[in-house]
Amino acid sequence: MSNDKKELAVAALRNGTVIDHIPSNVLFKVVKLLGIEQMPSHVTIGNNLDSKRMGSKGIIKVADVFFPEAILNRIAIIAPGAKINIIRDFEVVEKRPVELADTIVGIIRCGNPKCITNNEPMRTRFEVTDREDVTVRCHYCGKAVKSSDAQII
Amino acid sequence: MNTNSLVSIDDISRDEILDLIKRARYFEEHPNHKVLDGKVVATLFFEPSTRTRLSFETAVNRLGGRVIGFSDASTSSSAKGETLKDTIKMVSNYVDLIVMRHHLEGAARYATEVTDVPVINAGDGANQHPSQTMLDLYSIEKTQGTLENLTITMVGDLKYGRTVHSLLMAMRYFNPTFNFVACDELKMPQEYKDFCDQHGIRYHEHTEFSPEVINSSDILYMTRVQRERFTDIMEYEKVKNLYTLRNSMLANAKDNLKVLHPLPRITEIDQDVDDNPKAYYFDQARNGLFARQAIICRALGIEPEILPEK
Repeated sequence: MSNDKKELAVAALRNGTVIDHIPSNVLFKVVKLLGIEQMPSHVTIGNNLDSKRMGSKGIIKVADVFFPEAILNRIAIIAPGAKINIIRDFEVVEKRPVELADTIVGIIRCGNPKCITNNEPMRTRFEVTDREDVTVRCHYCGKAVKSSDAQII
Repeated sequence: MNTNSLVSIDDISRDEILDLIKRARYFEEHPNHKVLDGKVVATLFFEPSTRTRLSFETAVNRLGGRVIGFSDASTSSSAKGETLKDTIKMVSNYVDLIVMRHHLEGAARYATEVTDVPVINAGDGANQHPSQTMLDLYSIEKTQGTLENLTITMVGDLKYGRTVHSLLMAMRYFNPTFNFVACDELKMPQEYKDFCDQHGIRYHEHTEFSPEVINSSDILYMTRVQRERFTDIMEYEKVKNLYTLRNSMLANAKDNLKVLHPLPRITEIDQDVDDNPKAYYFDQARNGLFARQAIICRALGIEPEILPEK
């Protein structure tokens, strides 16, 4: 019973999207990536929650919002293990992992201050070179970065 | 976007490298062949580099083309705040080919994306300088008769040296063995050693510039150790003379050994080496002209088959 209560404190969502299994250290980057700060909907954010699989995790619940798939897949850049749950009428109607694209355009900033992308009004572009720990390489200057360390535009 | 652009040596295949060497050889025999009659080439040097600019401009002039451009960004519209994109688009209206140098990394790649005119990268910051690599490859092939199965010793600044990194990557097609000779502060970065491992390239790291290393080499590729690369100036004073090549050190070198250097050199090759027939760095710079003529013709789609045997 007490377990149920703990769940309910962050869980009750009639309709909307739950993003689960986000590593605690990138939770707020995911918030920024999805533009949740600008949303009028009810948003519940939990962090440093116990997770059997990850030790500690973050979770984001957004009421009445169903993100386009391409937007949700952006999460894979910094949280490749995140899980998406689509909720309708308190039921999980869809549960899926996020998918990492081969190229990432206009989402993260290149860490190299001498890169052309940090000096011209242009979109950044990265190629994913390691899908395991998500390392990306700047299409322009060639600098490689672990994407969880990358700055979100 | 023009597919004949040359931004990075990684963009071209083994066959294209060999084809460019063949073309360079042709231009060495016929340096004044006027295949660029009626063509206009822009040399856009947002960052000054007299040596590279003169080499490209000589190449165009000897091929019978005409050159426009600037040698310093302060005399161009970028000083007024114009974006690179706008400068490239504007110049594209006037010319058949753009040769550009820029202090920002990735500038040339971006330029290829905003124009249909072919672009040759003449250096983008610490990133790429493919015509330097082509002249190095041409010099190696010319002096050794092949690019295959050579032992190449790289000496000096292997950490920041753009030329050694590009040469290393381009040589992956030709089964080389590398010796990396450098102090701990300037040793070959891990990513390039990983690259060697991935491509089955043999390499040995040394901190001592020893007779054994020199005597086993076909090519000695010397680079400049720059004081500003050191966090600790004492360390610089300690190592600056450890990697200087002197004539006496070449006494038991292989007959075919050649000493290369991208220039300018300071003290890393003693003046007494200059008269040794193994010293090749000045000829190497001359080869840059032919390598660049070859690159220019490739960029403009002038095929070697249509170059008549004069």
